[in-house]
Amino acid sequence: MRKLHGGEVRYAEWGIGRQVNSRPNNLGHVNGVRLAHWQRRLLTSVMVAVAATALPALAQAGPLEDSLTEAIDGLGAASDDKINESIGKLGALGDPRAIAALDALCDERLRVGTDGHAYVWDSKTRDLRSPLTGQVVNPEPRPLKEVEVSNEIRRVAFPVLAQLKLGSPDAAVRLAAAQELSNGGSAEAPALLRGALAREHDSNVREALTLAIARVDLGSADASARLAALEVIGKSGDDDFLSTLQQIVGQGADGKPNEPDPRVRAAAARARNAVISHQRVVGFVGDLLHGLSLASVLLFAALGLAVTFGLLGVINMAHGEMLMLGAYATYTVQTAMHGSRFNLLVAIPVAFLSTALVGVLLERTIIRHLYKRPLETLLATWGISLGLIQTVRLIFGAQNVSVANPDWLAGGLQIAHGLVLPWTRIAVVGFVIVVAVAVWFILQRTRFGLEVRAVTQNRAMAACIGIPTKRVDALVFGLGSGIAGLGGVALSQLGNVGPELGQSYIIDSFMVVVLGGVGRLAGAVAAALGLGVVNKLLEPLAGAVLGKIAILVFVILFIQRRPQGMFAIKGRVEA
Amino acid sequence: MERLREIHSPRAWMLLGGAALLIAVVIPLVAPEYMVPLLGKFLCFGIAALAMDLVWGYAGILSLGHGLFFALGGYGMGMYLMRVIAGEGVYRSNLPDFMVFLDWKQLPWYWHGFQSFPFAMVMSLVAPGLLALVFGWFMFRSRIRGVYLSIVTQALTYAATLFFFQNAAGFGGNNGLTDFKRILGASLHDPATRKILYLASAIALFGTYLLCRFVVTSRLGRVVTAVRDAELKSRFCGYESTNFKLFIWTLSAILCALAGALYVPQVGIINPSEMQPSNSIEMAIWVAVGGRGTLGGAVLGAWLVNGGKSWLTAALPSAWLYALGALFVAVTLFLPNGLVGLGSKLFRSKLVRSVGRLRQPSRPPT
Amino acid sequence: MRTSFTGFRIAVLALAAISTVATTACNKEAPAPAPGAAPAVPAAPAADDKGPIKIGILHSLSGTMAISETSLKDVALMTIEEINAAGGVLGRKLEPVVVDPASNWPLFAEKARDLIQNQKVAVTFGCWTSVSRKSVLPVFEELNGLLFYPVQYEGEESSWNVFYTGAAPNQQAIPAVEYLMGKKGGNAKRWVLLGTDYVYPRTTNKILRYFLHSKGVADDDIMEKYTPFGHSDYQTIVGDIKKFATGKRTAVVSTINGDSNVPFYKELGNQGIKATDIPVVAFSVGEEELRGIDTKPLVGQLAAWNYFESIDNPVNKAFIDKWMAYVKKNNLPGGDKRVTNDPMEATYIGIHMWAQAAEQAHSVNVDSVRQAVGYQHFAGPDGFDITMDAENHHLHKPVYIGEVKADGQFHVVWKTDGPIKAEAWSPYIPDDKGKKADWLYPWACGNCTAAKFGTPSGVSAAK
Repeated sequence: MRKLHGGEVRYAEWGIGRQVNSRPNNLGHVNGVRLAHWQRRLLTSVMVAVAATALPALAQAGPLEDSLTEAIDGLGAASDDKINESIGKLGALGDPRAIAALDALCDERLRVGTDGHAYVWDSKTRDLRSPLTGQVVNPEPRPLKEVEVSNEIRRVAFPVLAQLKLGSPDAAVRLAAAQELSNGGSAEAPALLRGALAREHDSNVREALTLAIARVDLGSADASARLAALEVIGKSGDDDFLSTLQQIVGQGADGKPNEPDPRVRAAAARARNAVISHQRVVGFVGDLLHGLSLASVLLFAALGLAVTFGLLGVINMAHGEMLMLGAYATYTVQTAMHGSRFNLLVAIPVAFLSTALVGVLLERTIIRHLYKRPLETLLATWGISLGLIQTVRLIFGAQNVSVANPDWLAGGLQIAHGLVLPWTRIAVVGFVIVVAVAVWFILQRTRFGLEVRAVTQNRAMAACIGIPTKRVDALVFGLGSGIAGLGGVALSQLGNVGPELGQSYIIDSFMVVVLGGVGRLAGAVAAALGLGVVNKLLEPLAGAVLGKIAILVFVILFIQRRPQGMFAIKGRVEA
Repeated sequence: MERLREIHSPRAWMLLGGAALLIAVVIPLVAPEYMVPLLGKFLCFGIAALAMDLVWGYAGILSLGHGLFFALGGYGMGMYLMRVIAGEGVYRSNLPDFMVFLDWKQLPWYWHGFQSFPFAMVMSLVAPGLLALVFGWFMFRSRIRGVYLSIVTQALTYAATLFFFQNAAGFGGNNGLTDFKRILGASLHDPATRKILYLASAIALFGTYLLCRFVVTSRLGRVVTAVRDAELKSRFCGYESTNFKLFIWTLSAILCALAGALYVPQVGIINPSEMQPSNSIEMAIWVAVGGRGTLGGAVLGAWLVNGGKSWLTAALPSAWLYALGALFVAVTLFLPNGLVGLGSKLFRSKLVRSVGRLRQPSRPPT
Repeated sequence: MRTSFTGFRIAVLALAAISTVATTACNKEAPAPAPGAAPAVPAAPAADDKGPIKIGILHSLSGTMAISETSLKDVALMTIEEINAAGGVLGRKLEPVVVDPASNWPLFAEKARDLIQNQKVAVTFGCWTSVSRKSVLPVFEELNGLLFYPVQYEGEESSWNVFYTGAAPNQQAIPAVEYLMGKKGGNAKRWVLLGTDYVYPRTTNKILRYFLHSKGVADDDIMEKYTPFGHSDYQTIVGDIKKFATGKRTAVVSTINGDSNVPFYKELGNQGIKATDIPVVAFSVGEEELRGIDTKPLVGQLAAWNYFESIDNPVNKAFIDKWMAYVKKNNLPGGDKRVTNDPMEATYIGIHMWAQAAEQAHSVNVDSVRQAVGYQHFAGPDGFDITMDAENHHLHKPVYIGEVKADGQFHVVWKTDGPIKAEAWSPYIPDDKGKKADWLYPWACGNCTAAKFGTPSGVSAAK
């Protein structure tokens, strides 16, 4: 398994500033600058690779320092062509100290001061830094002009950045760079790739580099090089190559095969079959994992309901709004903490407590009067949900609010080529397991849980032996609502946060609870898992909507066969 | 004559006649023109509320699927209205407009026949009826009751909503069916046509009321109530509860479809949002507000909630949801028997007592 | 039993008789015009020619569409306030009548009727979704009301009673696709048309498919996908896009609506798809939508609109300042984070154009104002002198393509030289070529005696 960094991390300052600061007086023998071993190797290979285009730039350069500074300042030029030209120069120079400036350019953090020099804006510390040294510039040459970049520029800059980053000490950065290059970036520098491969020790990065080289070799005139490349591709199972392989195997418009050598054709066919079968496995595993992720969402939506509906028998139509309140609590915490990295961790208790409080209030004022009339709780809680939605709409506006993913949840885990599981979803799966276990623990292993179960099974008897049934009711409702609030924290990381957030989950959560068997935590878990996985397996076959309809029909038929759900228990709800 | 007395006391009959006169004669004469389609819509909601009350108030089945039957009836009528203007849509095609933008070349099989009004009317009642029959048979046979039944009906509605939202389903997707022009040759833009539709709805409402009243005061109605209150006991007495419930359930679905069919030409559009689960919940709320188990109450509840909604969305555009939400909470908390219950409790005047007598003797359990 | 049934029948018959009488009475009162004749209801003049002029505002303030429509209500109120501060129209103040159709389509029709017939508004500004417009359209045509519709839409429509201040497909979708085909846009050869399953994406994609065919793109290189409203799980679809994108440069044209955009873009980011690999151009993502999105995964993705808040010109600056001042004064939710966007600008232009036209016509009568709205000019915040086309009731608009920036604004990477004329019917769809609004005659007939709503000339020409 490899770690793949998402956009944010990939552009993140991999600091040349840090580099230089850690080695203060690194003066050496290449044009007056002494470079680390890897930097030197890189520099040489880049120079070889791009010598033809870069010669003029190098020729006129006095000390390397000057041309580097000049090229970096050129990144702040007014015209896109000039910027592209400067990026080319930086590529030719091959000096990794340009990375900070290029990253800043792609990230819209490059500024031009009144002195005409380019500076890097550090959005975290809100400082202006020198692109080469990383030192804070003070006083700032204001007014600063932001360099606006388009995709056109980014398309030129990314391969150059990748080339520069191939020499990074951080294996993850090298991997991302190798992948960028193997994705068909500027792989016209095979020497560079080979050089990097020779130095590389990390197996993941080696693999990515080998693939990148294979891509280049496919176009080689030498049949044996093509054969070797096909061997590598077949082994990798990378479906990026599928269309290329099809093309090699196939025929041109004139009826002649595209590949003259029959051995290569046969190897390409083998490689294609290997890729296809590999993708089939990956696709299935992917569906399972996506199903697991969907199941975690369903379970989060349903867990709180499993408590309030399952134990108290309250058809809480405002349950969805508890999810929504939890998500808004996350938003409020995030705003209050000004995007601190760990606001999500703070949001968890805040969301739990605030929704639990709302839940207890509702229970004490309204719901406790309706325990004997479960169907009417449906109507009353529906009214409550309307009020809650409108309240949130008036306070926060009808617009969705933006809840950011913290940077430590950005990107994803690459499980196989073409299958990335985002960290956010993995985190939600983990979180839901923790919460489910906690709920199970509370209900099965604590005194409170014992009282809850006693009240559920026989209220009168429980009251007789001195259990404060009313307080238990309120606490159970608060617990259910609080869990829903936790679900809101999780959902805020996956989708929208708006006043109507809860409405889209309410039916699904009832499905899960009823399918699992009212009052059974294990049932809810099993039902969520089943629904999530089956849904995702059906989706490629039938499409999202028909898949969902099939699921609903399945639930209806299942309940018809087993009205008590998968795991039946005698609770306050009579079926 | 004896049966008439069983249905209503003479005083209640007179009251009913008065109401009919007011609704069918006086209101069309005095109401401003723009109010007519609005009131016509309320009448249709009244029919739907009666249908809902029949299953919930009398048979104890809280259906969250009546929005579906309502919409299916509406779709039947909508399909007729679309077919009858073939060639007059925006694209001047013989196909409905939405099929043109989907690039469909011919009419799907299930659209055939809908150019005929009688066929469309029959279909818009039979199709939902059949669906209710099959669904109900499965559900009641396996003794699904109470909360479970509500949730299962909700699942059915939700699945249908998703299905109809698809453009590929051939019912116009999210936009549904709209841009109607004529019904039976009469222009829908003509105020006179709208008054006729209003009257048709009024007649349908009173017809439905009498039919429901007839059913609930019949022997069958009493058995149904018995099943609601004590299913096991009634089964021991030899009544096959499944069949009774199935009859009431299917009848209610058909009545609801009738309401939908009348509703569509008056509002000019039918689309899947009509069958969204929330609409079904609202229907239950109309009945709860008016008073469960009282037919008159159900109709009153439908009118009150919808009238309030119409008024408040214009008068308090940003706070009307509070009013609506508070109404639902207050009614369930303080008025378990709805407004009719409140009326007969508070005022023991003659008039109210006669309304109160419309109520069933036993209080429905929840 | 038998007697009771008879009694029942008698009751029904009696009711029927009563209703027949009532029907006749109604018919006497309002004689029915021959079916199919032109609805010749005169525009309801404001009850009092001295009093304020009522302006209807028909935007959902609750329900699913409140997300988008609430700010249009706010900007409409702001514009009305601005016009009133400048002395009103014809020396009379404008009085906004705000109603909430609650994202409920039949309720839109009901409220439209209420506004025109009961409130007697002179003009209505409203609607967002196509279905809401389709729902109110018969009402406006029947009652001869006037609606200004401010949102980009699928075209294929040109109503006598509606002025369209949003973009038609050729003012948004087609320039965006052309841009992506070009060198700057990345030379896309393969296309994913991804949308929410409703009429706007379906029609836009139909037009785009014909357009791509005309540019030599084969059907094999076009993937068309639809998701239901509120779809939130894009794992499978983004995976499919990734697979489809191997081999040729691919671009995604997204007509995903509303809430689904957040999970879609998050998924793109999660699966490591960058704007430089597979650019996504969206027609429904603007500043207001970005406000509710964590913009990190979106940076560099494209949107095509007729207006961006980041456009730098004095008119736009004044517009934004006015809006921010209005937000502050009324303490609207969001505060200084509020933004302006394309439909808000379209609403702003629409109200001003109506006011100018009413001044020019010396009346707020619908028929007079309608004549005057065509050819109206207005210096729009989009930086151009915007004209209303009298022949199809659409605005001539410039087209901008912007890339999303991390701060939720757009960096304009391409724009048209000037406003372009709307094509209500797309010339790329064979059936639609040459179609015109059905109230237009190709000849000058002066005071026509023939029915105004006869067989449309454009259609007979096309057939």
